[in-house]
Amino acid sequence: MSWNEIYEPVIGLEVHAQLLTQSKAFCSCSTKFGNNPNSNVCPVCLGMPGVLPVLNKQVVDFTIRMGLATHCTIAPKSVFARKNYFYPDLPKGYQISQYEEPQCQNGFVDVELPDGTVKRVGLTRIHIEEDAGKSIHDLDIDTFVDVNRCGVPLMEIVSEPDIRSPQEAAFYLIKIRQIATYLGICDGNMEEGSLRCDANVSVRKKGETKLGTKVEVKNMNSFRFVEKAIEYEISRQIDALERGEKIIQQTMLWDSSEGICLPMRSKEEAHDYRYFPDPDLVPVIISEKWIDDVSTLLPELPDMRRNRYINEFQLPRYDADVLTAERGLSDYFEGVVSGLKTKKTDSYKMASNWTMGDVLRVQHERQGSLNDFPISPKNLSALIDAILDGTISGKIAKDVFEEMIRTRESPEEIIKRLGLVQVSDPALLEKVIDEILVKQSGQVEAYKSGKTQVFGFFVGETMKAMKGKANPKIVNELLKKKLV
Amino acid sequence: MPVTIHEVEHIAQLAHLEFSSEEKKKLMQEMNQILGYMEQLNKLDTDAVEPLSHVIELKNVFRADVVEPGLQTGDALKNAPSKTDEFFKVPKVIGEKE
Repeated sequence: MSWNEIYEPVIGLEVHAQLLTQSKAFCSCSTKFGNNPNSNVCPVCLGMPGVLPVLNKQVVDFTIRMGLATHCTIAPKSVFARKNYFYPDLPKGYQISQYEEPQCQNGFVDVELPDGTVKRVGLTRIHIEEDAGKSIHDLDIDTFVDVNRCGVPLMEIVSEPDIRSPQEAAFYLIKIRQIATYLGICDGNMEEGSLRCDANVSVRKKGETKLGTKVEVKNMNSFRFVEKAIEYEISRQIDALERGEKIIQQTMLWDSSEGICLPMRSKEEAHDYRYFPDPDLVPVIISEKWIDDVSTLLPELPDMRRNRYINEFQLPRYDADVLTAERGLSDYFEGVVSGLKTKKTDSYKMASNWTMGDVLRVQHERQGSLNDFPISPKNLSALIDAILDGTISGKIAKDVFEEMIRTRESPEEIIKRLGLVQVSDPALLEKVIDEILVKQSGQVEAYKSGKTQVFGFFVGETMKAMKGKANPKIVNELLKKKLV
Repeated sequence: MPVTIHEVEHIAQLAHLEFSSEEKKKLMQEMNQILGYMEQLNKLDTDAVEPLSHVIELKNVFRADVVEPGLQTGDALKNAPSKTDEFFKVPKVIGEKE
């Protein structure tokens, strides 16, 4: 018996995204990942007495960007609050966050699912907060604390409990990541913790309108683990309900090595955060003009881009989806298209095929960013133009591509250096074809007696004689004429 | 609703403080006095008054997103009662984190 026949899971996600600022949220320390422990620190982020935090304006701009891209209302006034709890990686004893008056509220994102349906997930709020430091438990009998991350700006994106399956949760998270990376406000790197996700999971019998007791699941640091951990937690809750047990409201940690969720040891009062407005920070008042200024800077979002590829470039939906999944790849493709001399649907499709196929394949092998890809978008446009204007054949182009990867030369340089220019001169090709037809008179007889499939054999022989450089279109035309 | 000894203990625990039973009793009385004063203030009609989140009427104080040098690691760790060359050292804590 499958759980989705009787029970329905209700899931809400809290996504923490690190904002791509140079300096921290409330002080001028660097946010750089991987620096030596306790080297990006100052009296403010160390929580020394008497210091004054001052808000980084970029943090507000970035959060407004996210709010606008997800159809939120931008609060005309927001304030910062202290969330109080004791833990060694939080030197001040409180985290600066937003509580009653968050920056953005009541938005939504549309998430496309593999079956083609679109799921709208509501956003309750997006607020600004600071990250805590890092505790290292396994180096010593004591715990080591690194405060570098303390004060690094985060936005927390809280969804409505609209999500109904682990798969929807994963696709929602992918969408949030896609939007934030397109906006250039988060690098989306889950392994380095730039994007983190907690899930609130409950189950109820189908048709029931009251929500079940929710359990918070933490520590899911990849898209795959988000899906697996939620799947596990749903089954655990259904099993418990089937045994007649009650669900206890608690926090669970996903253990990826065991593939299970374990309850976190936690004192009951851990959730008594005693929020109050932070007297060190003044309210943020956002004018209509400020919002307009930010919205004029918004880049084209992935959905808009995908639709443009389908409508303007006439690309198949599949191509448009693959090309827009990551901003880097999409920007590369844009570069290729804008460099093309021939602007027509065929050339756009060729640009798409090369980008999705060869470029993506080599990029996966190299595992680098497309910014330092050996072939610039402009050089790939030149290669495609060379095929379209008949300078080289599509087959030779594959060899030129590999050589471009190896040497970073332009296609023109390689074609010239290796003498790869396609031969389209009918007189020259006719001479070669005539020789072949004489040599292969047996096959010619076979063809003329109706065995037309040997046509390909003649094309192959001509290509071989021309070392692949013959223009296949002209070879075809000539052969058809000669073999009548 | 007056503060009870139980609530004083709860607040003390959240603040990681320990008190003798006499101290708890004194704190309970003091807290109730403060709350009594608040009750008096609550009698005022504040319907037309905006809630105040800051005593100084300032808004939008920002800094530009520019990195400036902070403290050297050695200086940052200087006053820590327990440390290594690079880290603060604290008694092992695990599992209680939010």
